[in-house]
Amino acid sequence: MLQRSRVSGKYFFYPRVAEPVTGSRDLEWVEASGRGTVHATTVVRAKPPQQPYNVVLVDLEEGPRVMSRVEGIAPDEVRIGMKVQARVGKQDECEILLFDLAPDTTNSP
Amino acid sequence: MRRERFPRGKSAIVAAATYGMGESPGLSSMDLAVSASLSALGQVRLKPYDVDALFIGLPDDFLSGLTFAEYLGIQPRLTENNRTGGSAFLTHAMWAALALEAGQCEVALIAYGSNQRTASGGLISAMRPTSYEAPYKLGRPVGAYALATSRYIHEYGLKREQLGEVALAARGWAALNPDAFMRGPLTMDEYLKARLVSDPLSVRDCCLVTDGAAAVVMVSAKRAALMAKRPVYLLGAAAATDHRDITSMLDLTTTAAVVSGARAFAQAGVRRADIDVVELYDAFTINTILFLEDLGFCKKGEGGAFVEGGRIAPGGALAVNTNGGGLSCVHPGMYGLFTMVEATQQLMGLAGARQVKKAQLAVAHGNGGELSSQATLILGTRETL
Repeated sequence: MLQRSRVSGKYFFYPRVAEPVTGSRDLEWVEASGRGTVHATTVVRAKPPQQPYNVVLVDLEEGPRVMSRVEGIAPDEVRIGMKVQARVGKQDECEILLFDLAPDTTNSP
Repeated sequence: MRRERFPRGKSAIVAAATYGMGESPGLSSMDLAVSASLSALGQVRLKPYDVDALFIGLPDDFLSGLTFAEYLGIQPRLTENNRTGGSAFLTHAMWAALALEAGQCEVALIAYGSNQRTASGGLISAMRPTSYEAPYKLGRPVGAYALATSRYIHEYGLKREQLGEVALAARGWAALNPDAFMRGPLTMDEYLKARLVSDPLSVRDCCLVTDGAAAVVMVSAKRAALMAKRPVYLLGAAAATDHRDITSMLDLTTTAAVVSGARAFAQAGVRRADIDVVELYDAFTINTILFLEDLGFCKKGEGGAFVEGGRIAPGGALAVNTNGGGLSCVHPGMYGLFTMVEATQQLMGLAGARQVKKAQLAVAHGNGGELSSQATLILGTRETL
């Protein structure tokens, strides 16, 4: 789900009590498409024995940018521009937003 | 751009000092900040009770303005405790200039200190990730700068050797500075083999974690002429903020230094080509490249090529981070004030082996958070008034 301003029609993330810039409080929750594109990526080289992992910024189709992780691919093979699809995953007993490579598209190297 | 008034050249730095650079076991951050302050005040024969405007912000003390004043038993007319990160101290200089011009104070002290290396061994940061970002365990701040670097590489191309040029230049300057923490030689081969921390940034792309303190004293230009042999005049000063967390940075390759720099240069009425010394907050190698571009020393996307061939190293065409910077000299959590101290020492002609000849105009530029907050000062000698 994403928040959208009823006045401007713009989406934003993270959730707030008002739309950024305009301050409008006439907001609604809208189902998100889950489609996105990798905007920036890094591999966190944690101290062994912990394995390296990936952190990305994803541009959602609706406009907002979110921080997340792309799974199902080696952390250093994530590339800017890759199409990704959101899912709710589990980590440390909590539900979090994760991304997989989009199934249908042009992500072949 | 809206025309704005700034009291160009009406205030000046008359003293600047550092203290406890590197490692200072047994001293608190406040002990260090006070020690640097007393050194600076002593240079112009002032006592703590002469300070009527206090500007400070320590990483481990939210109310450090109150703590500092209490420590030295003073009751300043102005106590400023801005929290915009490592750029805060350059913003302090801007406010000090306005307050001095308005007659709100006569002696402004800007101070900083941190014992992060000997106290905790790690970078102390006031940044706390939000619940939306904490689960992804981005190493902060390095991971945020790594994300920005990845985007820069995607949009403009940037070779690792070009980031390496920034690290090597900083080390080259540090070798000339007896106060610098890492002075040993650094080769490109060593740079390229350094352990990755957060791709594409390696440990040699990251600033140091040290102790250290700095302080500067500002007074009106009129008073400065009586107090110091070579006062360093504040010709322009501007700050700009953009976001807090890297996720909300609109354009990961362009910082708010575009705004702060343009305003500061316009106030000062000087050209980039006239600048003799450039002191940039180099928390990571990418910073130097971004700020050289955003402050107008080269075009966007050309920073990597700009620094090639030792251009910003000792003997190069443009003297950048002449103390060795946060990369090789000192980085006690927030480095901003050290850019002002080094610019001052260069313009006062006190920089020893690393002195830039006939330096008359300097830029000091601070960065805070995750490329979040930017502040630019243009400083000049009497000849530039």
